[in-house]
Amino acid sequence: MDRYQFLVALAGLIFTLGLLGVVIRRNLLVVMMCLEIMLNAVVLSFVTTAVRTQSIPGVAMTFFIYVAASCEVALAMAIMVILVRRRHSLDVGTFQDLKG
Amino acid sequence: MSGIFIAFFSALAVVFAIMVITMRQPMRAALSLVAHMVCLAALYACLGAHVVAVFQVLIYVGAVMVFMVYTIMLLDDRDMSYQWVFSRLALPAVVVAGLVAAALWVLIGRLPVTAPAIATAAGDSFTFSSFSVAFMQHYWFHFELATVLLLIGIIAAWAAVKEGSNG
Repeated sequence: MDRYQFLVALAGLIFTLGLLGVVIRRNLLVVMMCLEIMLNAVVLSFVTTAVRTQSIPGVAMTFFIYVAASCEVALAMAIMVILVRRRHSLDVGTFQDLKG
Repeated sequence: MSGIFIAFFSALAVVFAIMVITMRQPMRAALSLVAHMVCLAALYACLGAHVVAVFQVLIYVGAVMVFMVYTIMLLDDRDMSYQWVFSRLALPAVVVAGLVAAALWVLIGRLPVTAPAIATAAGDSFTFSSFSVAFMQHYWFHFELATVLLLIGIIAAWAAVKEGSNG
């Protein structure tokens, strides 16, 4: 296993850890953090592949992933603040009646 | 030498990711996530992708995590999720995640090693000057679209907060 394979495997491991956190944690804030871990794992695989093939588009894509992540967090946090102020709870179980 | 650093920061990144999942208090989980992201930035620096390392620190650690920390300070209630940290699916989820991670590790390790010549002939295409020139030559329109997306994100967040305060 060379270093690029190792890093892609590491990205898979980190993605799995993030997914595990999304499934098992009950706190809404920590679930968001685990989503960010998953996104970081995707960026790691992008960067590893881009460096391996010396391709600019791979690194450019990471820039756009960062932009999308920033928008996602800004909007998600706004929605989260509204939801939590209405239900007075961060437990994801209290939002089971959400639709859509 | 960089191999040692890559192994070191990889191990740290995994440890901090596990800490994010296991920490009871959201603020401690957020600080673990910051450390995790810094470790990934160090990995990018070890790979020679300095641009991405700086993006990682400035955008993720500097901007996104500040959002998170502010939200934690606004919302940190001691509710059911504080007493019972994990859901009922924790044990089967851990088993399945372990199997998936092991399968990914083995499968990726068996992939053929390709393009070693390109990889070893890594130039300085990911330093700031060369990357910036290439980026603005090929992706200037996408860059402008990204600014529009950020503006839409700001407006959407503002509209969501306004709608929530009205309702």
